[in-house]
Amino acid sequence: MIGRVVIALLVAFMTLPTVVVVIASFNPTAIMSVPPAGLSLRWYVNALTYPQFRRAAVNSLVATAAAALLALPIGTAAALALERGRLRARNLWTTLLLSPLVVPGVAAGLGFLILAAALGLLRSRTVLVAAHVALVLPFVARSVWVSVRNLDPTLERAAASLGATPWRTFRRVTLPLLRPGLIAGFLFAVVVSANEFVVSLFIVNRVTEVLPVAMFTYVVNYTDPTIAAISSLFIAATVTIVWLTDRFVGLAAVFRLDR
Amino acid sequence: MARAIVELHGCTRDFGAVRAVDGLELTVDEGEFLSLLGPSGCGKTTTLNLVAGFVEPTAGRILIDGEDVTGRPPHARGLGVVFQSYALFPHLSVFENVAFGLRERRAPETEIHRRVAEALALVRLDPHGRQRPGQLSGGMQQRVALARALVYRPRVLLLDEPLAALDKRLREEMRGELREIQRSVGITTVFVTHDQTEALSLSDRIAVMHRGRIEQLAAPREIYERPATRFVADFIGGSSVLRGRAIARDRVELVPGLTLRVEAQPLPMGQAVELAIRPERVGVGLRGGGEADAEAVGGRIVALTYLGAQTEVSVELAGGQRVLGLVAEPAPTPLAVSQPVSLTLPPDAFIVLE
Repeated sequence: MIGRVVIALLVAFMTLPTVVVVIASFNPTAIMSVPPAGLSLRWYVNALTYPQFRRAAVNSLVATAAAALLALPIGTAAALALERGRLRARNLWTTLLLSPLVVPGVAAGLGFLILAAALGLLRSRTVLVAAHVALVLPFVARSVWVSVRNLDPTLERAAASLGATPWRTFRRVTLPLLRPGLIAGFLFAVVVSANEFVVSLFIVNRVTEVLPVAMFTYVVNYTDPTIAAISSLFIAATVTIVWLTDRFVGLAAVFRLDR
Repeated sequence: MARAIVELHGCTRDFGAVRAVDGLELTVDEGEFLSLLGPSGCGKTTTLNLVAGFVEPTAGRILIDGEDVTGRPPHARGLGVVFQSYALFPHLSVFENVAFGLRERRAPETEIHRRVAEALALVRLDPHGRQRPGQLSGGMQQRVALARALVYRPRVLLLDEPLAALDKRLREEMRGELREIQRSVGITTVFVTHDQTEALSLSDRIAVMHRGRIEQLAAPREIYERPATRFVADFIGGSSVLRGRAIARDRVELVPGLTLRVEAQPLPMGQAVELAIRPERVGVGLRGGGEADAEAVGGRIVALTYLGAQTEVSVELAGGQRVLGLVAEPAPTPLAVSQPVSLTLPPDAFIVLE
C-alpha cells in the first residue's frame, strides 16, 4: 500500500512538468496559465507556421538522420570489436565506448567549437553531425553490444561449416541476428540526437540551428504559449519513438547494463 | 584396402599451457563410423574441431581425401557438422536452414527444392519445412541439423555429441536412426561422445581418448573385451582393477595368502601386474553357503547400489582392494553392508593390462 503511494507520488513528480506544458499549450490567451482559461489550437497554428521553427525542424531532421545513419555502422563495428577483437584493456575500452558522455555538455560544445574554428568549418553542418555522432555512439554501441553478447558463436561456426565465407556468414547469420540491437540503437540515436541542445548551441548559427536551439531562442524573446505547443509536438514525437523501440525490442534489453 | 578419407598426422594443439591434443595419429576410412570416446577434457572435441577447421593445430598435418587441408578455413573444407546445441539458424525456416549449404554452393533453385525435400524426407520430417526451428522439439531440431549437414553430400560428417541434449528415450531412438541414415548414405563419419553405450552401439571403430592421446583404437567388441590400458578398462564398463605380483605363469598374488588363478597370456614371473575384471563376470555368493569352490575368495560388502534390474555390490578383499560385482534383482537373499561374501572370479575373466 505504502509502496503504491510512493510510486504514484514519484511518477507524478516526474511527469507533472510535462503534463502542465501540454495543458498550457491549449490556452486561448497569451498567458501560460494552468488550468487554462479555455481550449484553443491557435498556438499550434502559430508554432507550425513560424518560419524559424520550420527551418530548424528541417535542420534537425537532416542532422539527426545523418548522425543516426552514421552512428549505426560505426557503433556496430565498435560493439563487434569490443566483444570479438583481440584487445588489451578490453574493460577500459568497453567502459569508455559504452558510457554516455560524462563531461559537461558546455565543455564538449566548447571543444567542438574550438575544433570547428581550427578546421575552418565554423559554418558547416559537418561539425554538427560529427558532434551528434559522438554523442549518440555510446547508445548505439551499447544496444548492438547486448545483441552481440546474446549471439551464439556456434551459429557462425555452423554457417562456416556449411560453406559460407566470413563475409557471407556476417551477411546471412550475424547481421540478421543483431537486428533487435540495430533497431533499438537506431531509435535511441534518433531520440538522443533530436533532443540534444547544449552542444548544438555552441556550433550552430541562425541558418544551421536545430529545433531545441530555435525553441530556446524563442523563449528568450517571447513568452506566449507557442513554445508550449511546439514542446508538446516534440514530446509527442519522442514518446512515439520510445514506444516504437519498446514494441520492437523491449527497452529492458537496451538498458541492460550488467555484463 | 579401404581408402583413407580423414588423416591426422602428428596433430598437437595447445591452448595456452594446456595441451588439448598431443601428437595424434588417426586415420578414418571411407564409409567408416568412427567414435572419439572419452571423458570431458580428453581432447575429443578439439580433435573434431581440428578436422572441421574451427581450430588450427599447433603442429601436425590434416588430410581430407588425400588433400592437405591444414590451414584451410572451415568454409573451404566441404564437411558436414552437427553440433550438440543443434546450432540451427533461428531467423530462418526449417527449409532455409537445410538449404543454407546449397545456396552457398549456388545450386539452381529447382535443385535446391528437390534436394532439401529429399534430405527432410530422409530424416522423416515434413518436406515443406515452413516452421521456424524454435517451434520444433529437441529431437526434430536434431533431425533438421542432420539434414542440413547431409544435403550437399559432404565427404565427411562430423557429429559433436549430437544426442547429448536429448532425453534418454529419444536418445535411444535417434541413435538407431542415426546409424541407419549413416549406413544408407554411406558417409564417412566421426562421432564425438562421452557415452560408452552410444560409442559401442554405433561405431565401426572406437578411439578411446585420454589426456589428448588415443589410449586404444579398435572395434567396439575388442575395446570392451580386451581393454588395452587401465584407463580403458576403467572407463568402459566400469571394470575393477586389481594389482598384484605374478608368482607363477598363471597365478597372481594380491597379498600374502590371497592368490588368483589367471588364464590369459603367460604372466611375467615375479613382476607387478594389473588385472581388470568386469562386474558381470564376478559371482557374488553368501559365505558358507555350501559352495566349496576352490576359486572363491572371501570379502566383505562395503557398498550397495540398487540399479533396478540388478544391484551393484562393492566388495573389499583381504588387503583392502575392491571388486565390483552385480547381483540380479530380486536377490535370493537380502544383502547388507559389512556382510561377508564369497566371490567367484573365473580365471578366464581377467584381462591383463599393459
